Amino acid sequence: MSTPLDLAVRDSVTMSRRSLRRLVRYPSLTVIVVGMPLVFLLLFVFVFGETLGAGLGGVEGGRSEYLRYVVPGVLVMALASVATSTAISIAMDMTEGIIARFKTMPIARVSVLSGHVVGALVQSVVAFGAVLLVAIALGYRTGGSAGDLLVAAGLVVAVSLALTWLSVMLGIGAKSVETASNSPMILVLLPFLSSGFVPTETLPTGLAWFAEYQPFTPVIEALRGALDGTGAGTDGWVALGWCAVVGLGGYLGSRRIYDRDPTT
Amino acid sequence: MTHSLALEIDGLHKAYGDHPVLRGIDLEAPTGSVVALLGPNGAGKTTLVNVASTLIGPDAGSVRVLGHDVVAEPERVREQIGMTGQYSALDGLFTGRENLQLMADLVHLSRAEGRTRVDELLGRFDLGDAADRPASTYSGGMRRRLDVAMTLLARPRLIFLDEPTTGLDPRSRRALWDLVREQVAEGVTVFLTTQYLDEADHLADRIAVLDDGQLVASGTSEELKRLVPGGHLEVRLGSAGDLATAASALGDEATVDPVTLTVTVPYDGRVSQVRSLLTRIEAVDVVTFGVHTPDLDDVFLALTGHAATTTATRTTTTSTTTTTDRQEATR
Repeated sequence: MSTPLDLAVRDSVTMSRRSLRRLVRYPSLTVIVVGMPLVFLLLFVFVFGETLGAGLGGVEGGRSEYLRYVVPGVLVMALASVATSTAISIAMDMTEGIIARFKTMPIARVSVLSGHVVGALVQSVVAFGAVLLVAIALGYRTGGSAGDLLVAAGLVVAVSLALTWLSVMLGIGAKSVETASNSPMILVLLPFLSSGFVPTETLPTGLAWFAEYQPFTPVIEALRGALDGTGAGTDGWVALGWCAVVGLGGYLGSRRIYDRDPTT
Repeated sequence: MTHSLALEIDGLHKAYGDHPVLRGIDLEAPTGSVVALLGPNGAGKTTLVNVASTLIGPDAGSVRVLGHDVVAEPERVREQIGMTGQYSALDGLFTGRENLQLMADLVHLSRAEGRTRVDELLGRFDLGDAADRPASTYSGGMRRRLDVAMTLLARPRLIFLDEPTTGLDPRSRRALWDLVREQVAEGVTVFLTTQYLDEADHLADRIAVLDDGQLVASGTSEELKRLVPGGHLEVRLGSAGDLATAASALGDEATVDPVTLTVTVPYDGRVSQVRSLLTRIEAVDVVTFGVHTPDLDDVFLALTGHAATTTATRTTTTSTTTTTDRQEATR
């Protein structure tokens, strides 16, 4: 006799396989998601890197100094970029008849959403890995110990889960596929208004204040600290707090919207 | 457990915000029957199907599927039903076979069982050649067949087909009708919505006519046709003189329309009445002669066209709009 949990797992596995197969069948979405952060990485390092690096005032200065500074920001941006694709995939499902079929079948309801979450996590690994590989090829080296890297990895998983559930909520809530592709764009833009590309102190007062307190700054600072070997520090805890709030909010919001009677 | 009623709807109300969509529906579908819900666009057909298939909740009233209440036991209901909505519910990025396999996995068939069932449905729905092509490349008729095959994979006891043949060409429609009939022969109950009268006429044991959120009539096709005052025989003449001659030959029963130069006589359906009428006007120069028996078109218009009080006059004025059941003889 199978328990409800067995069935939820079984259905989630089925739905995850579906999501992965869809990613393979519709590769252009993944190409865009992975391509965008790579383009920004190359652009910032090769075009702006020399000047921006000089402004950082490090020991080495210049392009290599800036590469070390910018990589954590682009890594986080890669995760945000996946969110766009997740929201689009879900909105595609929601606006087509297949969601009505799933909802009228005796399957674990959570599986429809968890399938997309697994798809998003796989895409995140691909996007994150691609940025990391290119960064290493450009000369990026971590200064962190094994422990630091473990902290960095945990942070990345937390950020990825939080962004994924947020994008699931945006995807389900969207009235159309177009809205679903537009609303997460802010997630891709927010890293620019954080400490991801330039230190917040260099920004004008109002913007600096915003950048200091928006969630991407502690996330990027903590990741940079861990990767540089200076430690995630308090930023790490603030970042985890943000991830918990955003992730839980996204999860609960998604469940709520999904179970909601569309007529009331 | 067998239930004599596959679907029981009592006093169902549903509104979208302030706009009432269903206003007190009572409807039953006996197990093993085909019930058609006939109605114009916007009558509330899809809303009714959505409530009965657990997609949305009722505001008032109850819906029971094979004895299970849709609100209290939605999971039990979902185990028994199959739903084919108006919009194709398949994954366009998947092949036909993969779409069916997905359903097999979701209803927890074993690998071997699943594969057998998928192959069986591909063959039965004439999708064998296209089985390994992405569903997005399918024609409208093929998509519909795959859609219905996916609905049937779990062997539901009650299937909802929401406007199953809208947008299909006549051949695909017939093919789909045959598939529905096969299911019924196997004891499945079918609840279908349609705006096509001939579809309801061909498939359904019982027809319920829905208009503006209320059932305005229900019964067999024959019963519904009886609701509309009978047919008529229509004689069209070439001149006012001929019209007067024909009118006097046909006596008191005849209704004369001097504008269209026609005489109509109520028709009871017997051949002898036609023969006798033709004999009586043998000497008159008739332009056209038509036999008009009421069809579902008349019922539909009479019941949903808000013309219930004017049906008597309507049957004479709409006789030229229906051509299917009308045999014209020209002398």
